[in-house]
Amino acid sequence: MKSEEATTVRARPEPIKAVPVRHPGRWITVAVLAVLAAMFVHVLVTNKAFNWSFMVDKMFRPPIIEGLLRGTVLMTVLAMLIGVTLGVLIAIMRLSDNPILRGVGWLYTWFFRAVPRLVLLAVFGNIGILWSRIEFGVPFDTQLGQLFGIDNLQLRLFGFSSRDILTGFMAGLLGLALSEAAYMAEIVRAGIQSVDGGQTEAAQALGMSRGQLLRRVVLPQAMRVIIPPTGNETIAMLKDTSLLLYVPVSVELFFQLDAVGKRTFQIFPMYVAACLWYLFLTSILLAGQYFLERHFGKGYDQTQRARDRLRTITAEQGGGGGQGAAG
Amino acid sequence: MSELTVPSQATAPAAESGLMVQAEQVHKSFGHLEVLKGIDLEVRSGEVCCLLGPSGSGKSTFLRCINHLEKINAGRIRVDGELIGYREHGGKLHELRQKEVAAQRRSIGMVFQRFNLFPHMTALENVIEAPVRVKREPKAAARERAEALLARVGLGDKMGNYPGQLSGGQQQRVAIARALAMQPKLMLFDEPTSALDPELVGEVLDVMKDLARDGMTMIVVTHEIGFAREVGDSLVFMDGGVVVEQGNPREVIANPQHDRTKAFLAKVL
Ligand SMILES: Nc1ncnc2c1ncn2[C@@H]1O[C@H](COP(=O)(O)OP(=O)(O)OP(=O)(O)O)[C@@H](O)[C@H]1O
Ligand SMILES: [Mg+2]
Repeated sequence: MKSEEATTVRARPEPIKAVPVRHPGRWITVAVLAVLAAMFVHVLVTNKAFNWSFMVDKMFRPPIIEGLLRGTVLMTVLAMLIGVTLGVLIAIMRLSDNPILRGVGWLYTWFFRAVPRLVLLAVFGNIGILWSRIEFGVPFDTQLGQLFGIDNLQLRLFGFSSRDILTGFMAGLLGLALSEAAYMAEIVRAGIQSVDGGQTEAAQALGMSRGQLLRRVVLPQAMRVIIPPTGNETIAMLKDTSLLLYVPVSVELFFQLDAVGKRTFQIFPMYVAACLWYLFLTSILLAGQYFLERHFGKGYDQTQRARDRLRTITAEQGGGGGQGAAG
Repeated sequence: MSELTVPSQATAPAAESGLMVQAEQVHKSFGHLEVLKGIDLEVRSGEVCCLLGPSGSGKSTFLRCINHLEKINAGRIRVDGELIGYREHGGKLHELRQKEVAAQRRSIGMVFQRFNLFPHMTALENVIEAPVRVKREPKAAARERAEALLARVGLGDKMGNYPGQLSGGQQQRVAIARALAMQPKLMLFDEPTSALDPELVGEVLDVMKDLARDGMTMIVVTHEIGFAREVGDSLVFMDGGVVVEQGNPREVIANPQHDRTKAFLAKVL
């Protein structure tokens, strides 16, 4: 308290006007980079293989736009929705008291994280080879029937022809979503574990059920930890939709660009177009991620902002303060 | 002020025996470590019981057993005549389901050393949360009561603040309001002032004194001897998982009978 009086009484010193430190290294770096950039632009402009006009002409054609909207954007949205939902469930299973649920959760994440996505998609794309029909009913029905002397017993509830249900799109969606769920489960689990145990205790002491305490107390706080890697997962997913080429899913951006390239023998311009499209789409996602992180920082960044505000006030008053602690 | 505080049910069922908490031979172990070695304790309705003891003596553990945050290994705990965590049926104990345990916890408020406010909710939202979600009270009514409670603990002007924007003493007062919002018949305090700067201890103790005056039944783990002497109706001294000494706080503090009590009081006084 004494120092506070002292600083307010004493006159404010003159602002510092000093000669800044020189950074010659910076200028050399800038010069080198400028030369490299000029060389890059030179290649872009003069190398005929880029064929810019051809690329611009083709990259906005309706089949490509349709592929972008359905195979890339819609697929990303759906795969992430399913992946996140299933991932939360598996994370909760893995943190459950029930050892069987824990085991199943572990097995799931083990399998889907161990198999590469590309391979998984190829498998799902060809699953029709395994069954021509997908049916739900009593398992081992025919075998059980034989045990009791009934020939060809079939206890099937309902079924589909796999070609109807496992279209390329569905197979691709299934492959991406199931694989994503495994990664999301790990992210959500880390998020839930990051929440202080005292929060669970306080919620339990208030009489909240397990579901309520997860939904109202733990998950909203876990979100701070979950959101940034989920943003990265979404961006990775958007890029991984290009793997749908191996299912194959024809209504998809990269499939379409690749097809145009091969048909016209102008492969390189079409791959450049793919780069530009993915750059554009991921940039939008990055912006979205920024706003989401801000939203879920509620109660945390406010603290930070309040602290910052306080610091400015104290700075303006010439180092007084003390409103920080009490209030 | 006072009409808000004590819920009507606080006095009703306990009236027969007058006992709000009955603990008989409570044992609790963590693995091989026996932390509670047969605790007997009775707290009458409207009484303030102060629990003292050195670190590691099992005070927090005992408090957490009362609202079944910890499962006891032997003994019985009754709150307002109701067995906690179990149902006695045909001479056998049956574990209560999670839902039933949650229902028992609703009428027992708890205040923690480290506040444990929900950081993503404002002070007001913290207080409203349980009445609305757990008791399914209409939001408007819950809000009105929450505002009154926050005003009562002296935070009428801080309702929109997040816990991170409040001082420790303010956070603890919000935590008390949050527990009171469930209209509990019993309040458990686990060292509510030990995480606070000395200058902030008083404001929390004042709220607790106010609560005691209004007839709330309270079990308070504390090292604040002054509080125990002034507000406590009984004092229980625990050490090594057993109750070493208990009685009227003023008598025990002025004239401890047991050596361990003497040694402990000499250190904290
Ligand atoms: N979850 C747990 N698992 C294992 N041991 C535990 C657990 N909780 C508490 N203990 C042990 O039980 C003993 C009693 O702990 P408790 O927290 O009840 O003490 P306390 O009297 O509240 O002490 P303090 O004054 O330091 O808060 C300690 O030895 C502690 O290490
Ligand atoms: Mg303790």
